[in-house]
Amino acid sequence: MSFLLIKGGRLIDPLQAVDGLYDIVVEKGRVKDVLKAGMLAGNDLKNKGKVIDAEGLWVIPGMIDMHCHLREPGEEYKETIKTGTTAAVAGGYTSLAAMANTIPVNDNASVTDFILNKASVEGAANVLPVGTVTRGMKGESLVDMGELKDAGVVAFSDDGRAVMNSEIMRRALEYSKAFDLPIISHCEDTNLSGAGVIHEGYVSAVTGLKGMPSESETVMIGRDIALAELTGGRLHIAHVSTAYGVELIREAKARGVNVTAEVTPHHLTLTDDAVRGFDTAAKVNPPLRGEKDREALINGLEDGTIDVIATDHAPHSLVEKDVEFDAASSGMIGLETSLSLCLSLLFKKRINLSALIEKLTKNPARILGLERGALKKGFKADIAIIDPNAEWVVDTSKLYSKSANTPFRGWKMRGRVVKTIVNGKVVYG
Amino acid sequence: MIDNAIKRKDLLGMDDLTVDEIEAVLETAEKLKEVSQRDIKKVPTLRGKTIINLFFEPSTRTRTSFELAAKRMSADAINISASASSVVKGETLIDTAMNLEAMNPDAVVIRHPSPGAPHIISRLLKSSVVNAGDGAHEHPTQALLDLMTVKEKKKRLSGLQVVIVGDITHSRVARSNIIGFKKSGAKVRVVGAPTLIPYGIENMGVQVSYDLKESIKDADVIMMLRIQRERQEGALLPSLREYSIRYGLDMEKLEDAPKDVIILHPGPLNRGVEISPEVADSPYSLILNQVSNGLAVRMAIFYHLLGGKE
Ligand SMILES: [Zn+2]
Ligand SMILES: [Zn+2]
Repeated sequence: MSFLLIKGGRLIDPLQAVDGLYDIVVEKGRVKDVLKAGMLAGNDLKNKGKVIDAEGLWVIPGMIDMHCHLREPGEEYKETIKTGTTAAVAGGYTSLAAMANTIPVNDNASVTDFILNKASVEGAANVLPVGTVTRGMKGESLVDMGELKDAGVVAFSDDGRAVMNSEIMRRALEYSKAFDLPIISHCEDTNLSGAGVIHEGYVSAVTGLKGMPSESETVMIGRDIALAELTGGRLHIAHVSTAYGVELIREAKARGVNVTAEVTPHHLTLTDDAVRGFDTAAKVNPPLRGEKDREALINGLEDGTIDVIATDHAPHSLVEKDVEFDAASSGMIGLETSLSLCLSLLFKKRINLSALIEKLTKNPARILGLERGALKKGFKADIAIIDPNAEWVVDTSKLYSKSANTPFRGWKMRGRVVKTIVNGKVVYG
Repeated sequence: MIDNAIKRKDLLGMDDLTVDEIEAVLETAEKLKEVSQRDIKKVPTLRGKTIINLFFEPSTRTRTSFELAAKRMSADAINISASASSVVKGETLIDTAMNLEAMNPDAVVIRHPSPGAPHIISRLLKSSVVNAGDGAHEHPTQALLDLMTVKEKKKRLSGLQVVIVGDITHSRVARSNIIGFKKSGAKVRVVGAPTLIPYGIENMGVQVSYDLKESIKDADVIMMLRIQRERQEGALLPSLREYSIRYGLDMEKLEDAPKDVIILHPGPLNRGVEISPEVADSPYSLILNQVSNGLAVRMAIFYHLLGGKE
């Protein structure tokens, strides 16, 4: 049997509270041993396996993106399971929760089966399907959650749309308790957001682009927290974008409500200033908000109110994006830029390394109930090796994603993935 | 004859223009205005140039004004009425732009319901792009003609109190005028129902008021905006009747304004809704001056952008 030895890197593993120089031995797709660097007897592994020299590099558990859109089935011209997972491993991600708003939507076991089969054949990373909350994602009646759980979904979400009917949301939070799976809520009161295309504020006042107020998100976060409190169900708030939203989650957690939350790298990095030149790549839902919101999101990340950083990777082709701002689809790709954007918070000393890695590994694993997100003996060997000092420029023609809709094109980045290992196999680098 | 002070390809918004550029356009417009009073209303300045009017929204007035402006400068003007629904048929704004580029025009005048559409076009075309109104964003030639009209009457812009009344949220005329008047040193106050004034507008340096009668007491200029009848459906306005009582300008409300106040309206008028017929036809009203100045301003813009030399 052959080994894989990752030698001399700085291992950061928040689950085991480890930060130091370690050698990692991988065998049969799993972590066999994690040893203080230099403890390994000289010739033990020579000639029996492959050695990766990780000196000067950081070794972290493979990142888990609990929110992305892989577009397959149905919109393969934007992304496929193959291209999406390839982009993922190039960005240091080893597992992806794939949102259910495909065509057809993932509201029954046959769609889940299709996704899992396709991923097992063509996927470079682990694909974890998310099922819809409601049949046809219409917001009217619950899906067969038991059937979907048995087929392998890790959560339920109508993401892309809000569950506007409060009674349906209540019952979803209630019924899902039997399966111990979270409901991931895209919080948006669509009556309030209306025809809005950007954040309502100074930029919408100046550009004449229709705004959607922060309150279209916060009233729904408030509603969902109330319903989680009523039912005891597991609520996960997708892509928080507002200061008041963070505050509501902070208070709810203090009261002991069963709620977790995620934020995207783009909401941590950009404000609505990015749409002033009518760049459709910066059109996203929830929209890029004000500087106060961005500050509050970073603070929420620092103090633990926000558990997870998730990309909301949402590929669109030129057909959807190379049009008038009003007509353009919302969403941006994020798998390949996420790590560098996250690391910039570290370099600016807004968050410490272990806390940052936790939001990308340990916490999403905990919320989705995965035995991953750590380099523990016996765990599947999902690993990312990072050069924290590598500098690179985002060139959309060189990204692995099938789509190029990113407002970060041309940005100078610091920190890059050197190698990615999924289930013990080197899949990138 | 006139020094060409504008070194830019496009006119996309008042936001882009410097104070000097604004003044240069107004100066040129004053000189060109005389052309329209001649027997032969034409100068050869832009002979051989082609100007395309690309209108995705019906607007006979603005289109005619641009067309006439082009013709009085001896340019060839072509009108293309594209419906925004051609996008539904699969032809995108980008396709349209590329098609135009192939015809090699010197300027494209574009009106479009979506904010930023002229900006998209301008990135693709080598020719000059003039924004003739993009959604609720900007309508720079309207602001320039309003500045010209006020300056003609008041002999200055700096220090004037300008009051803009109506649906500010959905008005490109309001946005361009706020920027234009502020840059020219005037004070601007916006007045309307709270549902029609966007949050954040104060940061453009304007005062906000919900009371028309009170807010015109110190006005040098009152600009009435056209109210879209559709606004009363939905939650923005209870009824046009109530709107007209609160925010329509009639002789009675005008009594509180200074005697030398002037009144502007970008047209077309909703007589009896935002402006009473008596006010529209009163000596305070400069609505027809706006129309003739519109022509002069557009001639001036073509002159500056297309590098006219004599
Ligand atoms: Zn969403
Ligand atoms: Zn999403």
